Amino acid sequence: MKFSEIRSQLEVYRNAAESIREILLANAVMIGEFPAPTFHEDQRVRFIEDRFSECGLQNCSTDEVGNGFGILNGEAGERQILLIAHADTIFSEKTDHTISLLADRMIGPGVGDNSLGLAVLASLPILLERLDIRLKSNVILMAASRSLGRGNLEGLRFFLDNNKLPISSALCVEGVKLGRLSYSSIGMLRGEIEVRVPEMYDWTRFGAAGAIITLNDVINKINRIPLPKRPKTSIVLGSIEGGASFNNIATHSLLRFEIRSESAEVVHDIHEEIRDRITEMSLETAAEVSLDIVARREPGGIDFRHPLVHRSREILKALHIEPRVAPSTSELSELIRHKIPAITLGLTTGAHLNHTNEEVLIEPIFTGIAQLLGMLIAMDEGLCDEH
Amino acid sequence: MNIDHWLQNNTFHYSSFWDFRHLLEAKEEQNLTISLCIPTLNEEKTIGKEIVIFKSELMSRYPLLDEIAVIDSGSTDNTRDVAASFGADVYLADNILPEVGSKRGKGENLWKAIYQLKGDIIVYVDADIKNIHPRFAYGLLAPLVYRPEIKYVKAFYDRPLAFSQGIRPSGGGRVTEILVRPLFSLFFPELTAIVQPLSGEYAVRREVLEAIPFPIGYGVETSHLIDVYNKWGMEAFGQTDLDQRVHRNQATRDLGKMAFGILQTFLLRTKALGLMPEIPDLNSTLRQFQVKEGNFEQVEYHIVEEERPPMMEIPAYRKKFHPGQ
Repeated sequence: MKFSEIRSQLEVYRNAAESIREILLANAVMIGEFPAPTFHEDQRVRFIEDRFSECGLQNCSTDEVGNGFGILNGEAGERQILLIAHADTIFSEKTDHTISLLADRMIGPGVGDNSLGLAVLASLPILLERLDIRLKSNVILMAASRSLGRGNLEGLRFFLDNNKLPISSALCVEGVKLGRLSYSSIGMLRGEIEVRVPEMYDWTRFGAAGAIITLNDVINKINRIPLPKRPKTSIVLGSIEGGASFNNIATHSLLRFEIRSESAEVVHDIHEEIRDRITEMSLETAAEVSLDIVARREPGGIDFRHPLVHRSREILKALHIEPRVAPSTSELSELIRHKIPAITLGLTTGAHLNHTNEEVLIEPIFTGIAQLLGMLIAMDEGLCDEH
Repeated sequence: MNIDHWLQNNTFHYSSFWDFRHLLEAKEEQNLTISLCIPTLNEEKTIGKEIVIFKSELMSRYPLLDEIAVIDSGSTDNTRDVAASFGADVYLADNILPEVGSKRGKGENLWKAIYQLKGDIIVYVDADIKNIHPRFAYGLLAPLVYRPEIKYVKAFYDRPLAFSQGIRPSGGGRVTEILVRPLFSLFFPELTAIVQPLSGEYAVRREVLEAIPFPIGYGVETSHLIDVYNKWGMEAFGQTDLDQRVHRNQATRDLGKMAFGILQTFLLRTKALGLMPEIPDLNSTLRQFQVKEGNFEQVEYHIVEEERPPMMEIPAYRKKFHPGQ
């Protein structure tokens, strides 16, 4: 199939996606109602694996780190395309995972990140069958475990380190946002700074302060670190916790942060600087200030002119969607590390991401699926290969 | 009938019906049609999810259901629009059998559904279930498909969060345990084996539905059990454990109204059956009390348990479903 034919079929793909709306939404709801905090994705993955089995996929299995797989066998079967959606969420098992479905939107924890992505994977075999599309390549559908936070992409890394099938290219699927196009990974270092005040702390010594004041000083020191404008660099202070009540001086506090830069060297330098300042703080206050690095990414990616990126831009254009090019620190970076051409695409628009009232709009999902299907077929036809 | 024997043979767990292909084959062999009825009144927040899940799992994937219908009592929110947008057949109860008029109450919707829906079996599922799952329908219809002698399958929910010993109490909600089960123990001891007589989820054969009267209010479930028991005996019942049902919890005052309605229905049934022929005319006003600015005041609720006759007595129904009679 020529690319122009794929482009002309996008409306057909969109309509077909809409025709399986109930199956897709039911999958999203049922997947979303299984709690799946990182390292505890098993129920959700088992459900998806059952879905793959029901669709007659081959090699439906869960590996030893909890990734779920199904393989859609291609007619030629000479190439493997990987379609991946992360299975974990940031929400604990104690969170009420009820998903609400209104006429135009779905609401609930993790519904966009990434129940919808998983639901599209689970529904894809039915969609292809409806459209009577038989791909040449094998498509590996993967619900990846241990992606977020401390998971540090362990699921995908395990698969790529141990997989025997050569992967020709990959698509990462995220619920939000339609138009997203990530083809590069930025350098990233994710860490936790923990302040602990010892039990026998001498509160009368000069500069004595609780764990929150000390952490505040740490934050001020981080804020004073000069950041270059080029290469683009930022430090994200993501979350903070500490203390126990109104009237007790806090003996424990924790800061989660992330350094991002287009340059691995800059990430390294900032890391060094934060480490030095923490050591200084520890000596000044006698509080225990520790730094724990939980995740790292190296910068990299494919070129803007790579056919995979070029084709995806063309498909977005044909669907009248403005591409939103942004680097990624998620699954894409692990694929890049293994030199597998890959992009990340979004499916719909949403709001309140990573809050319990997270929501996604239903109508744009069908366009998002048309985009995904168009790309999958283009990849299958070898139209996204670099020559 | 021995209660233990009945419990052993007619109590199921939904998980035993996991083989949808087998269930579908059994349904098709008997040429059965099955309808799902969801009675609604202002349920826009939960109705969409229910329809999507049942439609996807039990119509598109495995066509166990032949229709999904919402019978609405006149919602003032978007219930009907949401339900229709996800592909349910939506009916306003007032528009069904207009010649018999309209009455307010869930039982009215259940009764009118018998006329409107086409199934040989009707599965009734409430619209306020937060943790909706296909089991709420297939767990109830499966015993009817597999066991021809069973006519009425009731849901119950039995999922202890933690329990360490070998024996644990099992039962229904507050109204069941302090009103209905004691009443059944006094008058219909075998019916006590039905774990949750007031659960709003049940599947019933048309031949039963068309033959029994329908109280339109709180008493509909209690009345059904008594009437089916009297006509067909305990062996006509099955019950399925659906694990857990998450829904809105009702305030004690509301349960008082419910108990009042059920008690009315129960007493009228015992009178009609000759078990207590001397019951005087019943008062239809429930009195509850509240304190306002330091003063006690009475709050009155007028609760009359009206009843619809067996559907077979309605000419339009006989014409539609039994044209030869």
